[in-house]
This record gives sequence, C-alpha cells and structure tokens, in this order.
Amino acid sequence: MPDKRIRVLLAKPGLDGHDRGAKIIARALRDAGMEVIYTGLRQTPEQIVNAAVQEDVDCIGLSILSGAHNVIIPRIMELLKQKQFDDVLVIAGGIIPDQDIPALQQIGVSEIFPPGTSTGAIIEYIKNHLKERNL
Amino acid sequence: MSKISTPHSRWHELKTQWEKKTLNPLVQKSQERRKQFTSISGHPIEVLYTPADLENFDYEKDLGFPGEPPYTRGIYPTMYRGKLWTIRQFSGFGTAEDTNQRFHYLLSQGQTGLSVAFDLPTLMGMDSDHPMSDGEVGKCGVAVDSLVDMETLFEGIDLEKTTTSMTINSPAAILWAMYLVNAEKKGFDLKKISGTLQNDILKEYIAQKEWIFPPRPSLRLITDIFQFATQQVPRWNTISISGYHIREAGSTALQELAFTLRDGIEYVEAAIQAGLNVDDFAPRLSFFFNAHNDFFEEIAKYRAARKVWYRVMKERFQAKEPRSWMLRFHAQTAGCSLTAQQPYNNIVRTTIQALAAVLGGTQSLHTNSMDETYALPTENAVAISLRTQQILASESEVGNTVDPLAGSYFLEKSTLEMEEGCWDYFEKIDAMGGMVSAIECCFPQKEIQEAAYQYQRAVERKEKIIVGVNDYLVEEEVPIETLYINQDVARKQVTRLRKLKDSRNNAEVKKSLTALRKAAASADNLMPHFIACVGNYATLGEICDELRSVFGTYVEPIF
Repeated sequence: MPDKRIRVLLAKPGLDGHDRGAKIIARALRDAGMEVIYTGLRQTPEQIVNAAVQEDVDCIGLSILSGAHNVIIPRIMELLKQKQFDDVLVIAGGIIPDQDIPALQQIGVSEIFPPGTSTGAIIEYIKNHLKERNL
Repeated sequence: MSKISTPHSRWHELKTQWEKKTLNPLVQKSQERRKQFTSISGHPIEVLYTPADLENFDYEKDLGFPGEPPYTRGIYPTMYRGKLWTIRQFSGFGTAEDTNQRFHYLLSQGQTGLSVAFDLPTLMGMDSDHPMSDGEVGKCGVAVDSLVDMETLFEGIDLEKTTTSMTINSPAAILWAMYLVNAEKKGFDLKKISGTLQNDILKEYIAQKEWIFPPRPSLRLITDIFQFATQQVPRWNTISISGYHIREAGSTALQELAFTLRDGIEYVEAAIQAGLNVDDFAPRLSFFFNAHNDFFEEIAKYRAARKVWYRVMKERFQAKEPRSWMLRFHAQTAGCSLTAQQPYNNIVRTTIQALAAVLGGTQSLHTNSMDETYALPTENAVAISLRTQQILASESEVGNTVDPLAGSYFLEKSTLEMEEGCWDYFEKIDAMGGMVSAIECCFPQKEIQEAAYQYQRAVERKEKIIVGVNDYLVEEEVPIETLYINQDVARKQVTRLRKLKDSRNNAEVKKSLTALRKAAASADNLMPHFIACVGNYATLGEICDELRSVFGTYVEPIF
C-alpha cells in the first residue's frame, strides 16, 4: 500500500501531564508524512482503545512517565484484544525501567523507547514494522 | 570593569583592531569548531566579551551591593558566609510511613529542610480509590488522602525546627490545611512554623499540566492562602512561583525566566484586586528555578531574575518594604538533562548544575539523583546527590565571597540580555491582557513547544551533543539498581481509606462539606472551611469534589 498514509494514535494514559515527549513525537511523525491523532492528557484505557478503533489507526504510541505503566498498558492490550483490534502496532515510551520491559513485550507491546531515543529511530521503526505486517 | 577613563568608543576600536590583527588571520587559517556557537537555549555567543559589550553598564545601577537594590549580586549582604543554602531534597513515595522513614533518614544525614513529593492522584485531588488512581498510587510521590496520612507523614518531626516545602498546586490549600491541623494537634505554634507551598497554578496550565479548576477560581484559592497566611501563619512562604517545570517542558532559559516572573506579576495583581496590601504578602512570595547545563546562562538567569523582580515590585506595584523587593528562590537541577544511558554521568551533570545555582545565589537547592530517568531514586542514589551539595558547601570554598563571578564581561552581558529579553516578553504578554489571557490563547505553551522541538532537532543533527545519547555511546549498558514501588501501596491506601470512612463522624463531615460548598459559591475566604473539613477527616477527594461542583474543571484548549 504505497499511497496510504500511516495513521498513528498518540496517547497519554494515566494522570501524568508531562507531554513534552508526546508533542515532539507528534510533530516529528507529522513531518515524516504520517497522520497523527493526539488524544490529549489523562485518557482512560477505554478512551484510548475506542479512539484507536474509531480512527482505524495503524499504530498506537503510548507516552507514560508516571510509573503506572504496569497497570495501564496491560488493560489497553486486553481491551484491544476484546475489540479484535490487536493487530495494531503498539509502541510505548517514557519512564519505564528496564526490568518492566520484557513483561510488556510479552503482552504485545512491540517496542519500548527509552529516554534519549531519536525521533528518527521511532519513525524508522514504525515504517519498517508496518511494512513487515502488511507483507 | 571598564575604567571610566577609557571611553567606550576606544574599547570598540581596540576590539576591532584585535579582530583584524590577531583573530581573523587565525580563523581564516584554521576554522573554529562550529559555524555558530550558541547557548543551550540557542542564544548566540561571541568569541570574546570586553568592555565594548557593556556600553551603558553602570555598576551602581546594574549591580549594586548584595543586600541592596537592585539585588543583582544577592539578597543578603553576607550570602553563604552567613548561612549556607538550605539543602532540601524533594522526596516522597509509597505510603506516608515509607516517606516518613525517608524523611528521618535524610535529616539524619544532614539535610536541613524537608520537601514533599505527592503522588499524582493527590496532585489531581483524587482519593486513592478513584478509578483514575489505579496504578498511580504512591508512584510519583506519597499518597495523601486525609489528615490520617498527613499525621503519619510528619510523625516524630519537629515542625518548629524543620521547614517543609510541599509540591502541591491545584489542591494546595487543602493539603496545607492538613499540615496546619496536624501541626496544631501536635502542639506546634502556627506563628512559629515555616515552609513553602508551591501553589503555582499558572505554570500548571503552561507546562506541568496537573490542574483541576479553571484559572480564575484557582487564583481565588491562591489569594485566600495569601490572606490567611498573613494573619495566621506569618512565616509561611505562600507560593513558589516556578520556572522549573516550564524549563523541563522544553523552554529556553529566557522563557523560563520571563514566564515565571510574569506569572508572579499575575499573582500580585490578583492579590491586590482581592484587597490585599502589597507589602503584607509580597515578602512571603518565593521563586523556584531550574538549574540546567549551560553554566553561565543559568547564573545570568538568576542574577537577572533578582534585578527584574526588584524593578517590578518597586515600579509596577509601588511596594515600599525592601523585603517585598527581594526575590528569594529555590533551585533544582534539571531532570530533563539526565540520561538513561550511562547513568553515572548524571552525577557529574548534577554537580555542574548545582554549582551554577550556588554561584547564582540560590537560597535552597535540590540535586537530582542519577537514577531518575528510570524511577524515583533509591536511598543510595539520593545519598550521592545529597553529598554532592555537601561537597560544594564544605570543600569547594565557592561560598567564601559573595557573587564571585560579577565583573565577568561575558556574565554581565548575558545578565543584561536576559533582563532585556524578559521585559520584551512582559510587553507582549501585557498586550495580550495578562498571563491568564496569554495562557487561554496558548501563547506560552506554543513558545515552549517550539523551543522543545528545535532543541530536539539540534540534538538529532548533532549540533548539540549529549554524552552517551548522540555521542560517546557504549554498546552494553551496565544496569543500575532502581526503586520499585509495588501495588501493595495502593491496597494499603484503599484499606486505610475504607477504615477511615467507617470510623469518622460522617454527620460532621457532611456538615463541613456542605458549608464549604456554600462558601465556595460566595466570596468568603475558604481556608477556615478547609481546616474544618480536614479536621473532621473529610478526604481530599471529597473536598475537591465539592469545589469541582462549584468551580467546574479546566479543559485545555487544543493547539
């Protein structure tokens, strides 16, 4: 599908308001030609999953810095499964300690980007992985 | 400084001569490392500063003496020779018991003041059993649902001897009421206790984004606190007008300074409009700035802050009391400068930043820990950051003389540029009708977002180097120990909340909450009502719900 623009939902789940990263990513993805839907702050897992389904996105990016990732991300993955929308590419970033990463990957989060990741690396990752999935 | 006997034009001449004769031939032969040198904020920096850069510089007008206007050199005549800055490490995690233990540890290690970090549900005025609190309880700070938690948090701490800073904004008045009721119950005199409330809602709308109510009722809560403190808790610092979070959100140093001081102007105006006399509350205003990596830019920022605030208070608000003119501030090293890669390097970054804050004349300082890009810090990591300050204070000898960098052509020029940039921003924001209006049209938010994006691009183009991130990388990272907060905290907190609701006098709770709601709809000062409610063990969530029903909640404009 060479002509279809990649659609990404960027979401800030939980209570934390640190949106510097999410907003930089939103702009970088747009500059790279993707369509970005940013949910705004303090979205529940239900709101995020509903938005993803409604907007029929290819990728969900979750930005979370509060330490609530081990509770919130599994719920999002569960809801995606219930809605049979779990073929979407899910990536996450923020303050997520190394020891939590394997468990999150096991439930279907494709990649966790630590602080210091370049926007270029994230753009490449999304493009490559969506290409693989569509093959 | 430039000798009066040398006319300014002569300095220009001399500098031009040097450029022609010595500088340019060399630069033509071997180019400088970069085409343009800029501060971390993107501000251009010249190869050399001389008296030629300080044309109208006047020692008396621009610097003065420490403890005297315009306070550029510091607000106290002896600065750290008299009293060192307060070492105030911000901490809070898990339950009130966990944090109380950490407080006792920090005090036993020579920390001189306390600073409480609350968890996100507390910052948002939600109880631990609220559905949105799931996963968040005790994570970013300590969970405080009611007076019970506040009593535990300060168990065994002498509140007349220890000053406490509380990082709380939207529900600041309620947490402060809990602190005051606890202090009184334990026999401390409200006239003698001291501490600081962050209580700065404007920077929440601008940067940190932990808000509950819309701006105007939020400002009323703040002026209620000012008024109550003036009469009842005279040693309390009622607000800590914060640039820290603005900078963390990606602003430049100048934006941090200008937006923070302009927020300060907004609070002073609100208090005057509420009928307060400027000299009654202004001496209790305090500020909070970031200490970032660009050493000289930061020092210039702090010095300019004191100078600008002096003029604001004296000229714009006609304050008469010298204490109203003095900008006192707390500094914290830049969390956003820390890297997850090679985390031990963060100790070095923090040291440079802390030194800038000290040379800029801070009144108190928090140094971040090396592991904070992963989680809240471990006790071991906190100990190193505490020792960093103690080494600066005891070994470096930098506190032996006041404002030791004054007279540096570069620093004085940077201080002047910071000041000018600040007045320019004030003019723009005044023209928009003030800071609340500027926030409503997203002006500061957009400025910060643009600066953050430009910085990120500069890093990705390697115009700005971050060691371990875009240069000097290592293949295999050595993992470090991190603090882990498990879900037990949430369970404990929810159980305690249920027990409380079963055992308190619920009729009294209801009565005080109803009275609060009525008062919120009137113009009465709400502090006595908060004190009554928390004294009856009404929870933070219950109290905030009453306020939500009267004030509504804030919705961020889309931009």
